[in-house]
Amino acid sequence: MNKNTFVLDFEKPLFALLNEINKLEEATDKQKCADLIEGLKKQFYDLRERIYSNLTAHQRLQIARHPERPYTLDFIKGLGENWIELHGNRTGADDEAIVGGLLELEPNLTVVIVGTEKGHNIKEKQRRNFGMPQPSGYQKALRLFKHAETFEMPIITLIDTPGAYPGLEAEANGQSWAIAKNIQEMANLTVPVIAVITGEGGSGGALALGVANKVLMFENSVYSVISPEGCAAILWRTRDKAASAANALKITAKELLEIGLIDEIIPESAGGAHADYLQTTANLKTALQKHLGILKTKSKEELRAERILKFRNYGIFTQ
Amino acid sequence: MSIKDLFKFKRRKNLEQAKPSQELISEQELSELWAQCPSCKTTIYTTELKANLMVCTKCEHHFRISSYDRIEQMIDADTWEEINGSIKPTDALNFVDLKPYPESIIGAKKKSGATEAIVTGIGKINGLETAFGVMEFGFLGGSMGSVVGERIARLAETAIQKKLPVVLISTSGGARMHEGLLSLMQMAKTSSALLALKKHKLLFISVLTDPTYGGVSASFAMLGDIIMAEPKAKIGFAGPRVIEETIRQKLPKDFQTSEYLLKHGQIDLVVSRKELKKTLAQLIKMHK
Repeated sequence: MNKNTFVLDFEKPLFALLNEINKLEEATDKQKCADLIEGLKKQFYDLRERIYSNLTAHQRLQIARHPERPYTLDFIKGLGENWIELHGNRTGADDEAIVGGLLELEPNLTVVIVGTEKGHNIKEKQRRNFGMPQPSGYQKALRLFKHAETFEMPIITLIDTPGAYPGLEAEANGQSWAIAKNIQEMANLTVPVIAVITGEGGSGGALALGVANKVLMFENSVYSVISPEGCAAILWRTRDKAASAANALKITAKELLEIGLIDEIIPESAGGAHADYLQTTANLKTALQKHLGILKTKSKEELRAERILKFRNYGIFTQ
Repeated sequence: MSIKDLFKFKRRKNLEQAKPSQELISEQELSELWAQCPSCKTTIYTTELKANLMVCTKCEHHFRISSYDRIEQMIDADTWEEINGSIKPTDALNFVDLKPYPESIIGAKKKSGATEAIVTGIGKINGLETAFGVMEFGFLGGSMGSVVGERIARLAETAIQKKLPVVLISTSGGARMHEGLLSLMQMAKTSSALLALKKHKLLFISVLTDPTYGGVSASFAMLGDIIMAEPKAKIGFAGPRVIEETIRQKLPKDFQTSEYLLKHGQIDLVVSRKELKKTLAQLIKMHK
């Protein structure tokens, strides 16, 4: 049981129970209460199971945005060995909202990992711009993708971003072009690419790292064309309707798997990814190994052509 | 009189051709003979405005125009053949906001007279055969959903088959929210479909017009071998209001205009509507 400092509304009954259990465990006559503690623990696990198996889209959105959710650098710690971070876009900037580098996923398997990074405390969040990349961040990502291609390494992207940064400088420096360019260049890569939505898949800013042979999503992550708040503001004319928009937009992993826009759902630990980093990372690694195993049998041209065809076929219309 | 009314005027005129002619001219119809430039406020005869390609005769303000007016301006008479017009939108997500998506589609069709937010086809630009697409802002803000993506992808594929250059004229608020993530995926679909043109040495010219934002600007519209824009068009990734709310400061007056993008190295040239056809033809000729 993880004692979180940040509690979501629908988790409150859980934390009330947890508090009670902790109080009893700290009490001097702990032995006497053993049965009571056991009973409460069972209640806690049952309730957690019940809450987490019936989450609404809006609740999953909140879990996806949980400030203690593991981010790229957290995953990297448990995903492999000898992480070497590589910096910079080579033309004047190092956007720390995106991190990238080399990792030995297995002893003889070096991969290039590129992911968004939100940062866990205020100082880190500012440094990482809350995980909202500038054009230079996407340029850094693209440079690392090309590196992977040169040395024939698989690419793994970990995506958790509210979106590309909507700022004056970002516009002046070509945010649109940076995203468009990444989307087009990613489609054309000749190495295996796996994209994982780990938290928030925020629109074009997410897709700029998301054109992959396999697109996976964590159980409580979301992937959306626009934030539910933004959608509500435009279509419902009030941000208060974000929960309705979250439902209408079909942003959850389960719904997107049904529509066929993602390939697999990676399970999270009970109580969400933030409750157990190790288990969540282990689940991620299992999924990555499985898909890399399949993709490594494919030729360069197959990898490229299949990826392009995959995205070519997305769309539902009548004729 | 707003720009919208101008489009109404045109539609009504078309409708009236089928109806018996009316004897009286209403007050409203009289007022539709005139248009006021939203930029310099000059009042202009609509016939004069149309003859000037919907560019203000006094201040050169470029009015927003419909997809079919654009085709009329850019494509040689009697050479236009629309393709893939039978691809129609569908409500894949059962999307309901203040009204169901199918109702929004019906409304958009009525308002714009178009079947979707892009019209694609083959036509000649000063005698040069071109795969041509033009977006329709009147259809749900020119938003890109599955149909826009599919029509663009097929246009690129047709261009490769027929060895034609591609010209896309964009105007869009971004991705179609009503189709959720399917819309986002159209960014990848269009971008990779157009990539195939390069292998065949086929030119892709992207023309940005007022306004071009979001999922359209951050995908195919910014991927032209040559990118041009009409004067003073608003072009960007995020909308100015979102940016102002984020950075909490006033934006410069020319922010996100064609001229601003030109200054910041993002587009190749700014071309007046009156020079557009000639410029397109010249560029296509040079890449033959």
